[in-house]
Amino acid sequence: MTPGLIYALAGVALFVLGLAGVVVLNQALRRILAFNLMGSGAFLTLVGLAQRDGGVDPVPQAMVLTGIVVAVAATALALALARRLAQGGHGDG
Amino acid sequence: MNTAVRLGVILSALALGAALASAILDLPMPGRELPGAVVANLADSGVAHPVTAVLLNFRGYDTLLEVAVLLLALLGIWAASPGQGGAVASAVYPAGPVLQTLARLAVPLMILTAGYLLWAGAHRPGGAFQAGAVLAAAAVLLHLAGLLPAWASPGFLLRLGLVGGLLAFLAVAAAVLGQGALLRYPADHAGALILLIEAGLTISLGLILAGLFLVLAHRGGRP
Repeated sequence: MTPGLIYALAGVALFVLGLAGVVVLNQALRRILAFNLMGSGAFLTLVGLAQRDGGVDPVPQAMVLTGIVVAVAATALALALARRLAQGGHGDG
Repeated sequence: MNTAVRLGVILSALALGAALASAILDLPMPGRELPGAVVANLADSGVAHPVTAVLLNFRGYDTLLEVAVLLLALLGIWAASPGQGGAVASAVYPAGPVLQTLARLAVPLMILTAGYLLWAGAHRPGGAFQAGAVLAAAAVLLHLAGLLPAWASPGFLLRLGLVGGLLAFLAVAAAVLGQGALLRYPADHAGALILLIEAGLTISLGLILAGLFLVLAHRGGRP
């Protein structure tokens, strides 16, 4: 059991935790946070799997860096939509 | 949601977790030797750090599309945020003098750090994304200290800054199309082209990431 494998398994745990949260939770904000947890788990699994044999693979690291930035943008968009929803969704605020 | 459904969801999530974990434990090592290929071609990439080489040279189109996605997300937030046109003055938080002084001291250092990260990306961990994130954090800090208003609608210069990185990236991509593949740089100019793209990306990413916060912060208090 290398450290990389432990990271990958921890990523699976985070992903599953987030998935259950997305299904079970009711509020939009909590669902967005749970969805982020799923993303973090996927990133951790990718990076962990890539270095389970001890070496460092720059390709998944670059992909995860891209993914993190996109996840930030998607979260911000989701928050904007959630706020719009909370304000009633029609008219100017 | 009643307790039985909730329990069912949690149990199926646990089962999925166990299945994924066993799949990961059974996964064979990849047949293709990607790290070796990256190291072998690093000398031609124009930079000395493998992650930067992958981001901006070997998989440059991923990064190109990523910046477009970021811009799209910001536009979506702008479209979804109420009160366009700045009819209502954006709320500036009441901030103490300690926070304001600290922000005034920290922001120049953060800009310096962003410049260093941009430069360091060529040969050690760093690069446009990290530098842009530091720039965005500086803008958010200024806003929280009450020194920078939230964004209602962007002026021309701001719009230019937001799309400048993507436009520079596209311009370079169009200029090197003659090489036969998308974003294949000529080997002797690759370093300079990557630095040009990264400099543009740093500014644009900083503004976009700051915008994700500052547009949401606009009239973020009470509707």
